[in-house]
Amino acid sequence: MNKNVLIRLNGICKSFDGETILDHINLEIHNKEFITLLGPSGCGKTTTLRIIGGFETPDEGDVFFDGKRINDIPPYQRQVNTVFQRYALFPHLNVFDNIAFGLRIQKCPDAQIREKVKEMLALVNLRGFERRRVNTLSGGQQQRVAIARALVNQPKVLLLDEPLAALDLKLRKDMQNELKNIQHQTGITFIYVTHDQEEALSMSDTVVVMAHGKIQQIGTPTDIYNEPINAFVADFIGESNIVDGVMLADYRVKLAGHTFDCVDSGFEANEPVDVVIRPEDVDVVPVEKGMLSGLVTGVTFKGVHYEIIVDVKGFKWMIQTTDFVAEGETIGLSIDPDAFHIMKKSEFSGMFGDYSSFSDELEKLSDATEEIDEE
Amino acid sequence: MKKRSFFEHIATAPYVFWASIFIIGPLLVVLYFAFTNQEGKFTFENILSLSSYSHTFIMSLGFALIATVICLLIGYPLAYCMSRMSERSRNILTVLLMLPMWISLLIRTYSLMALLDNGGLVSGFLTSIGFKKLTFIGTEGAVILGMIYDFLPYMVLPIFTSMNKLDVRYLEAAADLGCNNRKTLWRVILPLTMPGVISGVTMVFVPSISTFYISQKLGGGVFDLLGDTIERQFQNAVTYHTGAAISLVMMVLILLSLAIMNKFSDSGEDIIV
Repeated sequence: MNKNVLIRLNGICKSFDGETILDHINLEIHNKEFITLLGPSGCGKTTTLRIIGGFETPDEGDVFFDGKRINDIPPYQRQVNTVFQRYALFPHLNVFDNIAFGLRIQKCPDAQIREKVKEMLALVNLRGFERRRVNTLSGGQQQRVAIARALVNQPKVLLLDEPLAALDLKLRKDMQNELKNIQHQTGITFIYVTHDQEEALSMSDTVVVMAHGKIQQIGTPTDIYNEPINAFVADFIGESNIVDGVMLADYRVKLAGHTFDCVDSGFEANEPVDVVIRPEDVDVVPVEKGMLSGLVTGVTFKGVHYEIIVDVKGFKWMIQTTDFVAEGETIGLSIDPDAFHIMKKSEFSGMFGDYSSFSDELEKLSDATEEIDEE
Repeated sequence: MKKRSFFEHIATAPYVFWASIFIIGPLLVVLYFAFTNQEGKFTFENILSLSSYSHTFIMSLGFALIATVICLLIGYPLAYCMSRMSERSRNILTVLLMLPMWISLLIRTYSLMALLDNGGLVSGFLTSIGFKKLTFIGTEGAVILGMIYDFLPYMVLPIFTSMNKLDVRYLEAAADLGCNNRKTLWRVILPLTMPGVISGVTMVFVPSISTFYISQKLGGGVFDLLGDTIERQFQNAVTYHTGAAISLVMMVLILLSLAIMNKFSDSGEDIIV
């Protein structure tokens, strides 16, 4: 076993009211790592975090911390602190007393408490807020107090349960940078739960993609983005066209009636596969120069680029291009060999990757309801 | 400020009418009697003469305080346990607590009297197992027991309500920051359920200090509490003025105690009693 492993989850299962939430989770978390559990609501990411925090006990499997089994250790004896989803700051205490709470429980001397709280307030940029009541603070400020309250105890691991979900976009971006900085400065292991793939990619050292109570893929953000293991991961991380294809031989894939060169190998001859092509990797060219051709059925201006939906033999592709094309135009598509990512067929095949019902507004709406559901 | 609609005026009218006839009006009458003599002249005589009742005031205050503290000591743990029970047993317990409140106070006090009376169930049982004859009626204990028995639900229910509203996240946060169950209770649950404690204490203290029925029945006429004194004064037209003065001072006393309590509870939350 790697000495660097701080937390190990071994075959964790958990169900509530007969519904399986976690299905044999195995995970190793390394010291000083920023690890993100990413997945849609109901995938089991929060439950995993709560098991590490000690707020839930697994039905099966073991949790190890520093090599010791901690299944039966209550939360207050774990060297772990949590930043809760909606902060859970104590409303009867002011900012100073909230942050000092953990130190007072440990019977830390007063002078030391004052010093440490001051240090923490500086770290989260809240100097001078000591006497403020927590319910007079903005969401972002409450967030910072919650982080300070957890960090002041110098835990080995900080658990963060969707800490930025309630903040607006601009603030969320700022806080992402700040969290990353804090993690660098303190050298504490961060375990971060989110359903926001962009947040996961930009902050983490390691991303754990979860769905249906199982871990789908563990890897660095670039690995997860460039080499998704199945259609679920490919769809959940960024935009992707996921097309049915056949691997004719090594480096030769056939899809949409055309045979392409690619850089993947190791499949059986004529094995059916899922092929991922990211929208930014498709070039728009004149029809006669294209490997494929299709009819433009939708154009959305996105600022930096246009997002166009192209119907290629009944399958709708999303393509991002800086060149304007008009709706109703027929265009050619050209794809470089290294733009293809070939995946084995999985339980998720055929469920994702077609943009025929795609609408930005719908996506936003479902994001919003998701956040409300999580409460 | 938003202008109140016609409907809102109509909707509040019955209460305003009710309050002025049955609350404000009588209070003014009490005020009038407290500060006048039999000729209807303004005087402080009635208030000043109350020094001879100071013993009654102290005794009533003492009884009410003891009853309130015991109710709190029984009620708070009970409410805490209730909030942690399964929904089924919690509902059963709530009904059991509410049940006595559906029965008239008179009947409840009478039945307690029947139990405690000489030759009643309790002393009958105790003598049959060898205790010597005990008297309950006419003791301080009986009066305070009556107060606790009659008013305990008023302590438990508001505390239970605030306990039940308590967000489980605060308890998890406390555990996360190193509190075991006992520390969580002292540092988080107790301060956050203070509003419930305040209303519970109010709802027990106020009727306890002004009761006359309980002390008459269970005190066997030995204890002359404020309520008894006021009742007696108002049975005779000549002593209306003294009765009104005692009522007024008692009211001021109650308001003062509540104000002090609110001050001490200071958790920053605005508590409306």
